[in-house]
Amino acid sequence: MAVDRAEVKVGAMNLLEVNNLGKSFHGLHAVNGVSFSVAADSIVGLIGPNGAGKTTLFNLIAGALAPDSGSIAFAGTRVDGLRPDQMCVRGIGRTFQIVKPFAGLSVLDNVVVGALQRAPNVITARLCAEGILAKLGLESKRHLPAAALTLPDRKRLEVARALATKPKLLLLDEVMAGLRPTECDDFAATLRDLNRRDGVTILLIEHVMRTVMALADHVIVLHHGEIIGHGTPAEIVRQPNVVASYLGASDQS
Amino acid sequence: MNRRASFLLALLAVTLISLPAFANNYFLSLATFFLLFAYTGQAWNIMMGFAGQLSLGHALYLGVGAYTAGALYFHYGLSPWIGVWLAIVACIALGAFMGALAFRCDISGVYFTLLTIAFAEFARIGFDHFAWVGGSAGLFLKVAQQNHIDWLNLRGPPAMYYYVVLILAALAFAASAWLLRQRPGFYWQAIRENEEAARSLGIDSFRWKIFAVITSAAMTAVAGVFLAFYYNNLFPEQIFSINRSVEMILGPVIGGLGTLFGPLVGAALMIVATEGATELVDALGWNIPGVKQLIYGVILFAVIVYLPHGVWPSIARKLKLER
Repeated sequence: MAVDRAEVKVGAMNLLEVNNLGKSFHGLHAVNGVSFSVAADSIVGLIGPNGAGKTTLFNLIAGALAPDSGSIAFAGTRVDGLRPDQMCVRGIGRTFQIVKPFAGLSVLDNVVVGALQRAPNVITARLCAEGILAKLGLESKRHLPAAALTLPDRKRLEVARALATKPKLLLLDEVMAGLRPTECDDFAATLRDLNRRDGVTILLIEHVMRTVMALADHVIVLHHGEIIGHGTPAEIVRQPNVVASYLGASDQS
Repeated sequence: MNRRASFLLALLAVTLISLPAFANNYFLSLATFFLLFAYTGQAWNIMMGFAGQLSLGHALYLGVGAYTAGALYFHYGLSPWIGVWLAIVACIALGAFMGALAFRCDISGVYFTLLTIAFAEFARIGFDHFAWVGGSAGLFLKVAQQNHIDWLNLRGPPAMYYYVVLILAALAFAASAWLLRQRPGFYWQAIRENEEAARSLGIDSFRWKIFAVITSAAMTAVAGVFLAFYYNNLFPEQIFSINRSVEMILGPVIGGLGTLFGPLVGAALMIVATEGATELVDALGWNIPGVKQLIYGVILFAVIVYLPHGVWPSIARKLKLER
């Protein structure tokens, strides 16, 4: 039931435009006719119940999966079907919901790998990585192997590594999971800072509603692979179908 | 590497450089094999230890390298100093072909390893029927007087071969150390640890895996050329044998995968274990066939069970050789 297949316009200049995107696995429509856009310099929240297709949508945008139909435009050019590394080069950074640290490398070296994407050599990359670790509060753990980090720290490391590639658009997949409410607020402040000061556009999947509500300029609700609602956080909580399918059932805030 | 490690490395270098002055020919041949294994181990370690791509078919590059330079010398008298470059080119081409085939078709893990074995076996069977290089009857290079050094054709006494392989091992160590600290080292390790995450950080994993394979293949080709001129005879059954491939990986596996000193320490242990087993059997006067291999196997088994990350990491920790 596609309530809204029309473009979800957010602001004037769109960094990301997703048009009629579709992906199915063995006949199951994980993502079905999804269209939306993300304005430059905004923070957009993507919410919806488990299995709604949020992570699949991320994988399509990040190039980890190729779409069956539809198109993705980034900064004005078509990018659908590109490889993940090409997406990163264009300026799309991502984290993984199931964290994928380079377990045998130190926390610092994990971030250096990302920083090498833009840095001309290892020395500059290391400087850049040190700065990002400080920003995310991981500097005291930089010489530990990534395998030694707790889950919330691993989530931070995911963000640090993605940030090191200097993305224009950052895709965050449930980076708040497992954090205490105060930690969530701290992390949200860090993200807002990145958005305001460094101009990083953020598209985030999040179940922690208080964070989404506080952080996002705009929220998109996905259900059974289709967009069933969108708007500002204040508008979203008043849409009856959104409340029925997601918020009312599993409000975690 | 800290001060202590640098000091030990310098001590090792001085010992190795002065070795021919006091070692007899037998001991020198053992040392030559130690350095050759250290060298091939370093080459294999780039592919598996750094980039996480397990090859059990490195005999392919050893054999093709040996036969390329050996046959060109045998037929045309081409100097090994030119032959080695052709051997490198041949092995880079082979490695790139196999890598492209595997990585384009998403052949990874154990299936990739099977492919490396298949390539080496193909080569063994192919060379068995390759009349120009003598087929299964072998290729024999002219042996010159031992006391006279002929640098151009790499003929000379054992000490000359020893110094050649010493330089090779030192260069391979330096190259590995450099690569590990530069962009390729970071990218290879990222691919080894988690390829999907590596790709999301902008790493073209196809390109970098191919680069690991051809670097490793080119280095192994040089070892092949050395073997051809050291042994002076080549048989497909020997040089392309899977035993060769396994021999090459034992050093870095025992010593410590992905470490710089692992291949060196592992190669030394292998020689000590083999020789130790021989000495022990002789001393005890046992005349049982296979007992040497059994002792060797027990030593390997003990290392793998008690030091699963290799010998070097625990030595480094005990002697406080790391930061």
